Amino acid sequence: MNHLELPSYLDQSDMVKDRFNRMKKRPVTLQVKNLCKEFDTPQGKVTALKNINFETYKREFVCVIGPSGCGKSTLIRILAGLETHSSGDVLLDGETFSGPGPDRGMVFQGYTLFPWLTVKDNVMFGLEMSGHSKASCEEQAFQWIDLVGLSKFAKSYPHQLSGGMKQRVAIARALANQPRILLMDEPFGALDAQTRSKMQSYLHEIWKNIDVTILFITHDLDEAVYLADRVLVLKANPGEVQEVIEVPVPHPRSPDQLLNPEFLATRKRLEELIHPPVEDTGIKEDNLNMVRMVRVDSEVESVF
Amino acid sequence: MMIISKLFSAGKKLDAKERIAFSIFSFFLPLLIWSLISYVPFIWHPKVEVSVPGDVSYFKEGLLIDREVFDREVETAIKNSKSIPMGVPANPVYLPAPHEVATAMFSAFTTEPKRRNEKWLHESLWDSIQVIFWGFLISSLFGVPLGILAGTYDVFAKLFEPFIEFFRYLPAPAFGALAVAVLGIYDAPKIAIIFIGTFFQQVLVISNTTRKLDPALLEAAMTLGAKRISLLFRVVVPGIITHLYKDLRLLLGWAWTYLIVAELIGTSSGITWFITQQARYKNFDNVFAAIIIIGIIGLTTDLILAAAGRRIFPWEKNQAQA
Repeated sequence: MNHLELPSYLDQSDMVKDRFNRMKKRPVTLQVKNLCKEFDTPQGKVTALKNINFETYKREFVCVIGPSGCGKSTLIRILAGLETHSSGDVLLDGETFSGPGPDRGMVFQGYTLFPWLTVKDNVMFGLEMSGHSKASCEEQAFQWIDLVGLSKFAKSYPHQLSGGMKQRVAIARALANQPRILLMDEPFGALDAQTRSKMQSYLHEIWKNIDVTILFITHDLDEAVYLADRVLVLKANPGEVQEVIEVPVPHPRSPDQLLNPEFLATRKRLEELIHPPVEDTGIKEDNLNMVRMVRVDSEVESVF
Repeated sequence: MMIISKLFSAGKKLDAKERIAFSIFSFFLPLLIWSLISYVPFIWHPKVEVSVPGDVSYFKEGLLIDREVFDREVETAIKNSKSIPMGVPANPVYLPAPHEVATAMFSAFTTEPKRRNEKWLHESLWDSIQVIFWGFLISSLFGVPLGILAGTYDVFAKLFEPFIEFFRYLPAPAFGALAVAVLGIYDAPKIAIIFIGTFFQQVLVISNTTRKLDPALLEAAMTLGAKRISLLFRVVVPGIITHLYKDLRLLLGWAWTYLIVAELIGTSSGITWFITQQARYKNFDNVFAAIIIIGIIGLTTDLILAAAGRRIFPWEKNQAQA
């Protein structure tokens, strides 16, 4: 890939530049200011997140990416209200919040559908919690189920669904509350490659048609570039924002863009940030102490 | 070889036919051993049943006597050229043969009690079932909510569990005398013993089950807007109910084991009274019949509850027998 002449990931076509300019004029949905998180461990205090600053604009799609241990899950759990932060501010539409709430929908990596409820009842759960009447809950639930294309499975139980279908229900369930922001914690991490790319297209379709801002955590570079308007790159120990990348790939996105120069340039930049070139430390981890374990008279003497 | 590697593959389920076959065999095997001991004269049979007393003064027809004593008497008789006693190998009176117990299973129900104030077998059984029912019901009424609370909120766990942990080591039968002093001599103290025997285990088992609920489900519910009460009733309770149901089935089995002790305190009653009474009359076939009937009642209840569970909880993926 290196011998290809790639443009800089900072180069944006006029159309893309214009879109970003317009986006930045939108109201801010989520604002994170000087967010810090420290954990008490038996080994003393550990700083998981340090001075995180960023904001998402209304209906923006932001991906958060970083090496393992950079605290991206901790970040999204703080935003969801499932964990507390040590200092700093998190504002949703300019207001603080405490604890989890239906204004911030969440889709988890593990399948967290309620196994005792049918697809319809799962989607209705949040609506019922916010005190809608049974009839209106049902009506809305059917709309959302229809949106994710699972009308035929409204009466099925989660264990009868495939992994991709389960996550579609989970998305519908979170969206049914009409949250202001949808938090997604590696939602497609457990899916196979094919289902995964299908789900990414689905998610984009949904995002285009729903009034919602999405914050999406992933460790898959292609996924981040393919989905995001902007990518928030974290670094580990302590978790800090390394760079916020404006993805120069034009919308609407399609899997054909995976080999576009803009796409590859952005991907290359992410690669550099997340897997920086290792300095020669004298330890050659890759050189395993290999002894040839093939019999001399083996039918296949060499694999080449 | 194929069959052996198929039957003994670790963690693999047998196919339906084999499973039924082995389930039947699990009952057949003990029955086979019992039959061998009962019907094959040279296996065990430590006694001799005298059929012809001969000239031995204390032998009577039908007398059960140790084989050694019988052999000695035979030797003495031969030495003194007297009439030789005869007999057949027999098992002690406390081990009736399967067919005798099988007959007793029917005749026990049809035999009138020896005294007028004594109860028929079916009446005794009904007494026992009532004691179990009330004891288990009262225990569950308190034990299930407490267990769920302790499993959901750490504050309740720390508040209840240490004491319950201590109390469960106190043997329930030890409270027999106390229960009689407080509650009288009839059914109340018996129900109390079953309660004491079940309740403390129940709280601990259920709180443990509750703690196994996937915390991600609670988190998901909270992000959907569920607050305290709805979290408890709409997520925790339905989330554990299938496991709770299995726990209760298991605990019901334990309640039966406390029944025997419970029925001995105060005025003895129920199936235990029947068993002790029949043992006193040396009707061991009836004793065995009664014990087997308890087993049949227990197993049948459990099978019915298991089948009911599969109907009540349609989302239960694992339909295999638990």
